[in-house]
Amino acid sequence: MIAELGLLFTCAAFALSIGQALLLTQAARKGDAALLASGRWAAGLAAVFATFALLALIAGFLRSDFSLAVVAQNSHPNKPLIYKIAGAWGNHEGSMLMWCLVACIYGFAAASRAPKDGRDESWLDARAAAVQGVIATLSFAYLIFASNPFARLDPAPLRGGDLNPLLQDPALAIHPPLLYMGYVGMSVVYSYAIAGLWSRAEPKAWAKAARPWALAAWSFLTIGITLGAYWAYYELGWGGWWFWDPVENASFMPWLAGAALIHSLLVTERRGAFADWSAILAIACFSLSLLGAFLVRSGIITSVHAFALDPARGVWILGLLGLATFGGFGLYAMRARGEQGEPFAMVSKEGFLLINNLVLVVACATVLLGTLFPLISEAVTGATASVGPPYFNATFGPLLALGLILAPAGVLLSWRRHIGLAALRPLLGGAALAVVFALAAIIGASAPWLAASCAALAAWLLWGAGVDLHRRAGGKTVGESLKNVRRVPLRGWAGVLAHAGLGVFALGAGVETSMRQETTIALAVGETGEAGGAKFRLDAVETGEGPNYYIDRARLTVTDGADQYEMAPERRYYWAARTPTTEVAIRDTFGSDLYVAFGEPVGASGGKVEAADDKPRWRFRVNRNPFVGFIFGGSALIALGGLLGLIGRLGRGASPARAPAKTAESVKA
Amino acid sequence: MIGAIILAAVMGLETPLADPAAEKRAQNLFMEIKCVVCQGEPIAQSGAEVAADMRIRVREEIAAGKSDAAIRSDFAARYGDEVLLRPSAKGLGAFLWAFPLVAFVIGALALWRNAASRSRRAQALDPDPD
Repeated sequence: MIAELGLLFTCAAFALSIGQALLLTQAARKGDAALLASGRWAAGLAAVFATFALLALIAGFLRSDFSLAVVAQNSHPNKPLIYKIAGAWGNHEGSMLMWCLVACIYGFAAASRAPKDGRDESWLDARAAAVQGVIATLSFAYLIFASNPFARLDPAPLRGGDLNPLLQDPALAIHPPLLYMGYVGMSVVYSYAIAGLWSRAEPKAWAKAARPWALAAWSFLTIGITLGAYWAYYELGWGGWWFWDPVENASFMPWLAGAALIHSLLVTERRGAFADWSAILAIACFSLSLLGAFLVRSGIITSVHAFALDPARGVWILGLLGLATFGGFGLYAMRARGEQGEPFAMVSKEGFLLINNLVLVVACATVLLGTLFPLISEAVTGATASVGPPYFNATFGPLLALGLILAPAGVLLSWRRHIGLAALRPLLGGAALAVVFALAAIIGASAPWLAASCAALAAWLLWGAGVDLHRRAGGKTVGESLKNVRRVPLRGWAGVLAHAGLGVFALGAGVETSMRQETTIALAVGETGEAGGAKFRLDAVETGEGPNYYIDRARLTVTDGADQYEMAPERRYYWAARTPTTEVAIRDTFGSDLYVAFGEPVGASGGKVEAADDKPRWRFRVNRNPFVGFIFGGSALIALGGLLGLIGRLGRGASPARAPAKTAESVKA
Repeated sequence: MIGAIILAAVMGLETPLADPAAEKRAQNLFMEIKCVVCQGEPIAQSGAEVAADMRIRVREEIAAGKSDAAIRSDFAARYGDEVLLRPSAKGLGAFLWAFPLVAFVIGALALWRNAASRSRRAQALDPDPD
């Protein structure tokens, strides 16, 4: 019964989304405030009904209603409560419902921003909410006609299949919602770009309206991707965190385009320049989000992460992708102004932001080409090919490094005019510090060149962020700036934190990738062995039972230098899903993780015999992963920067965008 | 099944090479060779039996004194080009490898020309105090 209600709510939200699109379109065309109010109601009710629909699906999971196909395939009565709830979006149909819900919420938020009396001449918010209504309508159509989460099974099976055990994890429970807030958030930016082209509004106006959405979507995408990488690190038991897998690339492409967009929108909003370029990027961001959905769900590219492979659904998503892309670029071709905006010198903030965009767009295109290349190659020459980490590291790495080297300089330059390279003098200290860091890494820690250059980059970026903060605080001396630092507005912190975060991330990524150590040892109970510079004693191997799995747990006493502590890596067997998983034990020791994964017994119990005696010996894979925390910490700083930029804007409402910089300037003067 | 693959990855039964430099080469090659029965994973992280056999083969060939390039072409000859995660730079692969640099240079030239014309117009402007 509750499933039928859920479907009814979904259809209601579908109908209301159509209403939202039509009413708001009419409102904008006629300039009718009454229609705007009705459209806003439709958008709000669509969001409410979509929420009810998701709650109905969650109820189905909570009650383990196996007459529902998605529940039967993805749930089990013994599954813990949180994963029953998260199970609602841990599958294709449920995740599409969540996509629709997020689209409705964003649509309502955009409609709510429209001035109630129609003061806004170009009706930007109303138009954007109308476009958002179209996107929600198409998403609901796809949901209802091609992936109905409320489809029934007859006869209902007696027991369910269980959620993929790898996904039964706290980080992965909240990973999809965050990722969708990012992907669908890009649809709002798209909607504003379309609204801007449609209304022929001033570029400054739509850029100003779109930028908070871009910041929000991009920040959520950052958090979502970081959680996914963190999950891969501790759950897959392999010690890696990024694999350049097609599904990872699918989320990374909109992130790169989004990073280009928030920088480009900054210029459009402040100087009116790059207006056309910002519109192209906004359209591309959402297209790339849809392309990601298509790649992940159509099964056209195989990946370990992909779920719900279905070519028929692929065709639907491809249709949406085509519509959004060609529709968007078609409108762009008709309406683009082709204006140059205000002139600027090459060595100016605008010039460097253009280079930033060039780097990010080429990086994004490279990831796209590498991801699609196996398909292209097979279609064009019939030759099969694979594109993996060696290609991406070799091409993406240098591009990223170039962008990171230029970033601190771009921050210090002036808008419009070449004010002389003297502006960059504060960075000399950063260059010296970078050299010191690189030398220290090579001489002190015999680091490989990759780790050393990343250490140098980190020093350079952190110094640059410090100089930027010093400048924003406006003190004559560092001490004076430190006193003033609380007066730096949140928006000022955004760039400082995000760029510092990039430095922290580069340090972690470079050091971890090139200095990770891995050893495998086999221990019998009571035996001691050495791996990764620590001594391991296997005290016991105990068995136990979780709610929906069995456990083998190794009790290890680790002697690491002067420290002694216990580690207890586990192997689990999820009996409903018939899937084993590994739960690694991780010990953070002064910036480097000791990472232990528990393997199978060898010897007596039928495995390949290694020891002459009869006692089974257990395999352990021991990794020393230096600076891993910097990777996730740096990513968190980047996301925090984006969110502060967003909060700083929302808090200040409609006041002029340039005020904070002026404040800093007047303090300096 | 994915879980089984991943779990098994933890416990490779093969013995590392005695020479650390040779073992490092083996580890690097493991990252570049795709497991033929898995979905796009390198043999370094796959626990499928085939992947274990492939790792043993890599170590054997290193022990036999073969160069990395020779090992790569051995694997490509045996399993097809798609076994290499480092795509070949021949044919379409040349386009793939050249793309980032070419795209960057073309983009940079376009920006330079565009910026040069803007820059001439900007000469007369006062600096914006922001």
